[in-house]
Amino acid sequence: MRGRTLVMILYLTFLMVPIYWLVNMSLKTNQEITTGLTLWPHRITFENYRTIFTDPSWYGGYINSLTYVAINTVISVGLALPAAYAFSRYRFLGDKHLFFWLLSNRMAPPAVFALPFFNLYSAVGLFDTPWAVALAHCLFNVPLAVWILEGFMSGVPREIDETAAIDGYSFPRFFVRIFMPLIASGIGVAAFFCFMFSWVELLLARTLTSVNAKPIAATMTRTVSASGMDWGLLAAAGVLTIVPGALVIWFVRNYIAKGFALGRV
Amino acid sequence: MSLVLEQVSKIVGAETHLRDVSLTLERGSLNVLLGATLAGKTTLMRLMAGLDVPSSGRVIADGRDVTGLPVRRRNVAMVYQQFINYPSLSVYENIASPLRVAGLPRAEIESRVREAAALLRLEPYLDRKPLQLSGGQQQRTAIARALVKRANLVLLDEPLANLDYKLREELREELPRIFAASGAVFVYATTEPSEALLLGGNTATLHQGRVTQFGPTPEVYRRPRDVVTAQVFSDPPLNTLRAVKQGGALALGTGGEARALGAFAGVPDGSYLVGFRAHHLELDPPSGEAIVLPSTVTVSEITGSESYVHLACGGHAFVALVPGVRRLEPGTTVDASIDPRRLFLFDESGALASGDLAQAA
Repeated sequence: MRGRTLVMILYLTFLMVPIYWLVNMSLKTNQEITTGLTLWPHRITFENYRTIFTDPSWYGGYINSLTYVAINTVISVGLALPAAYAFSRYRFLGDKHLFFWLLSNRMAPPAVFALPFFNLYSAVGLFDTPWAVALAHCLFNVPLAVWILEGFMSGVPREIDETAAIDGYSFPRFFVRIFMPLIASGIGVAAFFCFMFSWVELLLARTLTSVNAKPIAATMTRTVSASGMDWGLLAAAGVLTIVPGALVIWFVRNYIAKGFALGRV
Repeated sequence: MSLVLEQVSKIVGAETHLRDVSLTLERGSLNVLLGATLAGKTTLMRLMAGLDVPSSGRVIADGRDVTGLPVRRRNVAMVYQQFINYPSLSVYENIASPLRVAGLPRAEIESRVREAAALLRLEPYLDRKPLQLSGGQQQRTAIARALVKRANLVLLDEPLANLDYKLREELREELPRIFAASGAVFVYATTEPSEALLLGGNTATLHQGRVTQFGPTPEVYRRPRDVVTAQVFSDPPLNTLRAVKQGGALALGTGGEARALGAFAGVPDGSYLVGFRAHHLELDPPSGEAIVLPSTVTVSEITGSESYVHLACGGHAFVALVPGVRRLEPGTTVDASIDPRRLFLFDESGALASGDLAQAA
């Protein structure tokens, strides 16, 4: 019993060390970080966080990132709902091929699409807007959401759709009032994955923005000033970047577990 | 309303699900669709409801052609074999749902839902979600939803198949009574001949996508038009055997001989397919004239008050349904007998040649 506990503690320590180190660094001054190894901040400072919350070039990054992530999640789930319903309920010419093709979109690395998107969005004036990144991320997230939702929808008996039609529900009313509550956990799971992929994706987000819509991850990778690296500030930014993902995971954790059991995740 | 199907067919890909079905269902009538699984009962109901469009033929409701009209714009109600309710709504909201969609005033909805809930004894559960109920309660919720709507056409697709025995008995008695008052065309699909007989009304027997006979239930049972109808409407399965009539004598397919009496009295010489129901095959010595079939017992099943005795006789397998507990060891020889008045005779094409309706039942 003690052996098992020990292994568990070692494993968790191993997992937590990088995160601890990030938090540790974010609370130190640059001088303390660069002069020697300290296991905890000897002089705790919140100066790094204050900089981030007051300097528009920093907090603007978070706003930009959250904006395109939110737009992308709404568009992806909004488009995927009717698409997944069609795949789940109707047989149409080439449906299986189309479904597979949607999935295979996910298999290409984003770098492949960086150039065409850059050129296209520059031409139509979308470059450096949150919409550019949000739409680009749809390439990966719509198929993913369709795939997840299709699994959940196919778990709902077709007779429920028919019963609603017999009862006189119009299709939109049935979809919103009867059907969507039945796949609520699927929608939650799909939204979570869209959020996650969009939040962590860096390459497209950086390529398609310059100043006005610059995402936080890009801001972080570019912060090398004349005086060298601002270690403490970067660490604080890193801590704050973990927070939204952790929050979302906390809220959807039950749905995810359900999703593993029922659907496609 | 009345519902008329004219030469309705449903073909999906290379498979014919229904072929040339013509039926006239009168206002306020109870109609049973009887047939084995895959006979086309559900397909037929879906066409009646408007959930599917027939490949050819017309569906006419109250003189109006509704063939292509989607189900939303018809006034029908349907109950499925599986318990289909809206899981996210309470039982009350489930029952109220068609009324809410129709935009009825709140007070009217309330009173109709309460009335239906009282009739189906769902009052204590109105605030629960369907999945918190037992199977029987879930199905009663679905029936209540079909009931409140006061539809012109009520379709019940094997509604009691997944329920336990006691509840089936109860609901089977109540259902026709509940819906009778509404004046709707009532259609009930079942695989069980006994259920059709208990419900009464009219019966349409289905076999491989065809309606083999449609008429008042007792009449279809007593005077099946052909051998297929008799087989569909027999449980345990109809016993059959070939017999050749030559003057006053019969040569049986089992190798035996008998005198041509009863059903055979009025038919010309020739070869016939003889059908008889399991409960007419007797194991006790016959009291009057009888066709005797010397048999060997293969299995006997005892169901409490009745016994099913499976017999082998001259290469044929027969089933006898006899009252009481008859524990016959396999291998026992018995002289099974059948009253010749209780036979159905079918000619070469399978059509009924003779069979007295009162006696053969």
